[in-house]
Amino acid sequence: MDNLALKNLITGWEPSAEFNEEEAQFLNATITPDKLLDLAGKLRNEEATLFDFMFCLTCVDYPEHMIMVYHLRSMTHGHEMVLKVKLDDRENPDVDTLCHIWRTAEYHEREVYDLFGVKFTNHPDLRRILLDDDWEGYPMRKDYVDPVNIVSY
Amino acid sequence: MEVTVEQKDLKTQEYFVNMGPQHPSTHGVLRLVLGLDGEIITKVEPHIGYIHRSIEKMSEHDNYRQIVHLTDRMDYLSAHMNNEAVCLLVENALEIEVPDRVKVIRTLFAELTRLSSHQLWWGVMGMDMGALTAFLYGFRDREMINDIFEETCGARLTMNYNVPGGVMFDLHPNFQKRVKDFLIHFKPKLREYDQLLSNNVIFRERTEGVGLVSKEDAISYGLTGPTARGSGVSCDIRKLKPYSAYDRVEFKEILMEEGDSFARYKARILEMWESISIIEQLIDNIPDGEIQAPTKAVIKLPKGEFYQSVETARGELGVYAVSDGQKSPYRMKFRSPNFSNLFVLEHMAKGMKIADLVAMMSTIDIVVPDIDR
Repeated sequence: MDNLALKNLITGWEPSAEFNEEEAQFLNATITPDKLLDLAGKLRNEEATLFDFMFCLTCVDYPEHMIMVYHLRSMTHGHEMVLKVKLDDRENPDVDTLCHIWRTAEYHEREVYDLFGVKFTNHPDLRRILLDDDWEGYPMRKDYVDPVNIVSY
Repeated sequence: MEVTVEQKDLKTQEYFVNMGPQHPSTHGVLRLVLGLDGEIITKVEPHIGYIHRSIEKMSEHDNYRQIVHLTDRMDYLSAHMNNEAVCLLVENALEIEVPDRVKVIRTLFAELTRLSSHQLWWGVMGMDMGALTAFLYGFRDREMINDIFEETCGARLTMNYNVPGGVMFDLHPNFQKRVKDFLIHFKPKLREYDQLLSNNVIFRERTEGVGLVSKEDAISYGLTGPTARGSGVSCDIRKLKPYSAYDRVEFKEILMEEGDSFARYKARILEMWESISIIEQLIDNIPDGEIQAPTKAVIKLPKGEFYQSVETARGELGVYAVSDGQKSPYRMKFRSPNFSNLFVLEHMAKGMKIADLVAMMSTIDIVVPDIDR
């Protein structure tokens, strides 16, 4: 399915989805956190889209908000897209887990929790994964301060 | 003695065993907490992060030329492909047309790297299962490839041979001859690998039907590379999104149906033959020309988001960069193949015997620095 058809389909499912960066590499759909579980389930299970492979899950920290980025690919149809969720609350960001839809999400979400502090609702095992359990703060955030190891120049 | 209780009803108290972080078969500093009922595995919990070096955070402070040098410390056995991923990202973002010669050189180096990585994997897998000869054989043949790399770019493992726009040095005049010599040497050896391990009864019994992963699970767990192709998932980036010179060579994507340890083993062995075939097609057809496209001294990517994936020896390495137009990326994410591949281990090992775990881990072919980044 080409990007335009995909865009129309997603707009039909979720009218509030915003599409930006028309020139970008993949189709970008940005939604609000409360719509995520529903739309992700449809993208995964509907015959027309069948995005069964999540090949990248990450987060980007901006001064005013955070954005969760999900890269999806369909192994059957071969098309790809990027699903984004805008998290307005930077202090206590939280979003539904997708690990019941894509198993790989469980561990990538733990990494995002570890480095960005995003809390995933209903996640079965939300603990730090790379850093020590008693680590303070979330190092990949832009305002993280570490006077010893991060030297700004 | 009369047995009154069915054997399957005999349960022992469940107990936990730490495997690693310093354990030879975990291939680095990986710690697995195993839950055991007798010798049956009930739980595998990988604890990672022992060598986390915050490469993503460091990337936010470095410029794009410097980031290339960080990447070959991730999956050190696929160093060349890791470098290539960042270089391709920069080139595609800036729309730099890379000379033909560079494309072919990169492909040749990538396939040689893949061969040497698989050789090491094969040797180590043999050793994990108690066949020390395999380990020595693997390293013996690998040495020749490392020598070829050393002659051209001065390094044997973390080569740093790619730069945005091209490669750092031209090929050494001996390159073609030595690669051909290597192929003449290695092809009979690869058949020997089959004789030594692939057709060994003990080896087959320890791998066949062990560690099953279905195609659906492989996709859901985000597996890539030979680990996924052992379950029949077609995921070769070289085929899906050809880069460098992969669109001008003919090779098969190896797909196995069984999804067990032996299928993953076989996929890698057959992949070595494909790599040899790619090298043979290109080695006499290296076009003349420049080895670098002109680039600016300070590389600044346009505003936007970029994603580039390459097929390393272990699967899909994705580089996701968010640029705000500065000389360093705003955010850089490395989607490493090993990170996703590792976590299928619990699914694979549950209900199996602990003795099979080492063999299963070997067939995932993990490199720990790539998981921890």
